[in-house]
Amino acid sequence: MTRFQPTRRSFLIASAVTAGAALTTASGLRVPAQAKGLAPTPSMRGGANNYLPGAPIVERIGGGGFWMSGTVRRAGDGAPLAGMRIQIWAHTTEGHERDPHSHGATLTDANGEFRLEMPQIVPAFGQPHGHLAYDDEAFKTVFLRPVMRSAADTRLSAHFVLQPT
Amino acid sequence: MTRAQAVLAWAGLAVVLGGPLVVAATSPLLAWRDPVYIAAGLAGVVALALLLVQPLLAGGLLPGLPMARGRRVHRRVGGVLVAAVAVHVGGLWLTSPPDVIDALSFASPTPFSAWGVIAMWALFGAAIIALLRRRLRPRVFRLAHTVLVAIVVIGSVVHAVQIVGTMGTVSKAVLCALVVAGFLKVVADLRVWRAFPRRKA
Repeated sequence: MTRFQPTRRSFLIASAVTAGAALTTASGLRVPAQAKGLAPTPSMRGGANNYLPGAPIVERIGGGGFWMSGTVRRAGDGAPLAGMRIQIWAHTTEGHERDPHSHGATLTDANGEFRLEMPQIVPAFGQPHGHLAYDDEAFKTVFLRPVMRSAADTRLSAHFVLQPT
Repeated sequence: MTRAQAVLAWAGLAVVLGGPLVVAATSPLLAWRDPVYIAAGLAGVVALALLLVQPLLAGGLLPGLPMARGRRVHRRVGGVLVAAVAVHVGGLWLTSPPDVIDALSFASPTPFSAWGVIAMWALFGAAIIALLRRRLRPRVFRLAHTVLVAIVVIGSVVHAVQIVGTMGTVSKAVLCALVVAGFLKVVADLRVWRAFPRRKA
């Protein structure tokens, strides 16, 4: 854990950075179309918890009712990646996060988009959250653990920008 | 204190402590949890409830339990509190080892787990200090025990408030507020700060 101990200097630097960022954003110096530098998505802490290597590709996990969705793009040029295998799992109304039947994988379409229906996610270990993983050979492995704003949400999305290996 | 006041005080305490437990024990979330996970969660609620009882015992504020007798019970309850936290963490470990390893190594993505782990170590420290009480100078014991307990109180309350779990929002908020109030009241009553060495003018 990093400790934040603000000093006058760090406060001034932070203020200058914030002001600078606000200026560049407001003046349009940052152009979103410049996707060439698209940075890869870093794995999230705790994302790999209860991962099940080789979980099968499924039409739907359990009875459904909750939608997990997202996109997969290539780092650098941001090109959408088709046929990418994304594993999805969570603690749901139908099973614990480590139960094999709480896991399933899906493939991205031609636009690099995926969506998989699954049972409602319920709060576990302090907060409702999902898990998503890309773990194949072409790109570096990424584990994501997005948190839901509310336990009543019935959809959750997460986006991958993958780094070629 | 009259008998009626004493009965009222104990009844009030029972409601404040029992309320969150009843809410947690009847939470709809339990339907999707296995027995070990349920026990682990409830042990956490029990531990939070005992955090309110402890200062009241140490300060001799409970009717029928004046200072000396209250402190004997305080030591026993301290042991139960440590056991409750051990069941809480142990049960979560059995439920999902990787989540607990993340928490214990401060690698968890969620801030509440770090607060809980800090509170746990501070509680173990306060308990060890209590076991060594006779070997320590009274001032050292009082200072160390109080400082560690302050960390336990802050850590536990932040931990509990940030969690989306089985405790009801209202019952949790009331219990947490009382835990903080009880701790501050007894620290003030006992003038614990007198244990601090006086700064030279």
